Amino acid sequence: MKALSHLWSGIKRGSLPVYSLIAVVFLLTPIFYTIIFSFNKSLRRNTVWNSFTLDNWTNICARQDLCSAVGNSLMISLISTLIATALGTALAIALVRYRFKLRSTVNFALFLPMATPEIVMGAGLASLFFNAGVGPGFVPTVIAHVMFCLSFVVVTVKARVQTLDPALEEAGRDLYANPSQVFWKITFPLLLPGVLSAALLSFALSFDDFIITYFNSGSVNTFPKFIYVAAKGGVPAQANVIASSVFLLAILIVLATQISSHFKRKRLQHIK
Amino acid sequence: MAFAAFGSSTPTTKGQTKSGRVVLALLLPGLIYLVLFFVIPLVSLVLTSLEAPAASGRIGEYVPGFDFGNYAYVVTKYWPQIARSFGFAFIATIIALLISYPLAYFIGVKARPWPMLQRMLVTLVIAPFFISFLLRTIAWKQLLADHSPIIEWAHQVGFLSPSQSFIGSNAAVVFGLVYNFIPFMTLPLYTSLERLDTRYLEAGSDLYASPSKVFRKITLPLSMPGIISGTLLTFIPIAGDYVNASRDFLGSSNTSMIGTMVDADFLQNRNYPAASAMSVVLMGIILILVTWYVRKSGTEDLL
Repeated sequence: MKALSHLWSGIKRGSLPVYSLIAVVFLLTPIFYTIIFSFNKSLRRNTVWNSFTLDNWTNICARQDLCSAVGNSLMISLISTLIATALGTALAIALVRYRFKLRSTVNFALFLPMATPEIVMGAGLASLFFNAGVGPGFVPTVIAHVMFCLSFVVVTVKARVQTLDPALEEAGRDLYANPSQVFWKITFPLLLPGVLSAALLSFALSFDDFIITYFNSGSVNTFPKFIYVAAKGGVPAQANVIASSVFLLAILIVLATQISSHFKRKRLQHIK
Repeated sequence: MAFAAFGSSTPTTKGQTKSGRVVLALLLPGLIYLVLFFVIPLVSLVLTSLEAPAASGRIGEYVPGFDFGNYAYVVTKYWPQIARSFGFAFIATIIALLISYPLAYFIGVKARPWPMLQRMLVTLVIAPFFISFLLRTIAWKQLLADHSPIIEWAHQVGFLSPSQSFIGSNAAVVFGLVYNFIPFMTLPLYTSLERLDTRYLEAGSDLYASPSKVFRKITLPLSMPGIISGTLLTFIPIAGDYVNASRDFLGSSNTSMIGTMVDADFLQNRNYPAASAMSVVLMGIILILVTWYVRKSGTEDLL
C-alpha cells in the first residue's frame, strides 16, 4: 500500500502528462503504421518497407475486388445509418420527453444489444435467416447493421435530448406554431448536432464491422471481409489507402465540429 | 392545449391521448425492429441449439427437437476455448483498466483548465475507431513480428528467450485485445472523472488524508460508475472476439476462443446446433457474470 501511494503521488506530480502522452502514442501507433504503409511500394505483401510511392493512392482500384468491396461497404453503411438514425432518434425523443409505463423496461431492452457479444448477435440473426429460408446477402447484412447501430444511436441522441430546454418548444407553441412546425423549426435543429454525431458513430461502427457481417453477408464482400481474407496471404497497400482516407475524413469532420463549437461557445460567452 | 403533442404531456385528457399516440408512433417502429431482429434471433438461437440431426444424416440438415446433447457436446469438446475466452477477457479487462485510469484521470481532471487540449485528447483516444479494426491489428502483427525492431530488442534485453516468437502466443492475443478495447474503457472513465468535483479532493487533503487515502476514499468511489461501465464495455466484446486470437492475426491454433468455434461450426462444418449451443453458453455465462457484478457493485440503476 505504501509503495502504491508513493507511486500514485509520483504519477500525480509530473509523470501523469508524460504517461498520458505515451498512452496516446501507443493508441496511435498502428494508425501511423497503416498510413505510412499506404505509401509503400510493395509487390503482393505489404509487410516490409520498400520505397515511397504515390501509386497506391492514384491507383486505388488496381485491385478491382477491393474497390467493389469498399463500394458495398459504403452502400451498406449509408443505408443502415439512415435507418438506424431515424429509428433511434424517435426512440430517444420518446424515452427522454415522455413518461409512460414500461419506460425503464424499454431502456433496459435497448441496453441489451450493447451487452451482447457480436458473435451471439451475428449467429442469432444468421440462424433466424437460415430458419426462415432467407439466404445471407445484402439485405440481411443491412438488417443486422441497423440492429447493432440502433442502441448506440439511442444512447447518443438521448444525451442531446436531455440538454434541450422544453421552454423553447413551449414558446413556439405559445406563438401558435403547430406540432410539426414546433418539431421541424425548434426541436429538430436543436437536436441536429446529436443526431449527426449519432449518424457518424453509426456509420463508423457499420463500416468497420466484421463479425456480424461475416455471418450474414454470404457472397457479398465488404471492406473488413476483404481484409480478413487477405490477411492470410497479404493485404494490398490499397487497403491501407482506403482505411487512411476514411480515417483522415472522419478526423477532419470531428475537428471541424469541435473547433466550430469552441468558437460558438466563445461567442456566447461574449454575449453574456 | 391543442398543440400539446410535443413536449411535456399535459394533464388534460385530450392532451394525454394525443401525446399517448405520439409516444406510440415514436416507439413502435424501433421496438418492433428490436423484437424482430434482436429478441427473435436469440429465441431462434436457443431453438437451433436444441435441434437434432435429420434422419437423412446429411451434413447441415437438422430437425427441431429438445436435444440437450448439443450442450454436453460443446462443453466437453470446447471447454479449453470457453476457459480461454473468459480468462483472456478477465486479464485484458484488468490491464485495460490499469492503463486507462491514469489517462482518463489526466484528461478528465488535470486537463480541465485547457478545454481545447481536453477535447483534442478525447479525439485522439477515439481516433482508433475511425480506422479499420482489422488493419490496426495487422499493424501490430507486423510491428511485433519476428525480426521487427521491437522484438529484436525484447530478445536482447531478455524479455523473450532467443528463438521465441511473440506473435501466436497467449500474451500477443491479450496484448491485441487490450489495445483494441482501451478506448471503450477510457471513454466511460473519462466521462465520470470529468464530473468529479475536485473540491472533495481538496477537502480530503485539508483533513490530512494522504494522497493515496484521498484516491481510495474519494476519487475511486466517485468514479465507480465509469469503472463499471468501462469494464462491462470491454469484458463483454472481448469474451466474444475471435479476430485477435485468429492465426492470421495475433494468435495461433493454440489460442482459439469461443468465437473461433462458433465460426467454424456455423460457417464451415455447418453444425448449426453446436454453433448455436456455443453462442448460448457464451451469452449465458456473460449474463450470469454481469448480473453478479452489477449486483455486487450496487449500481443497478446504471442500466
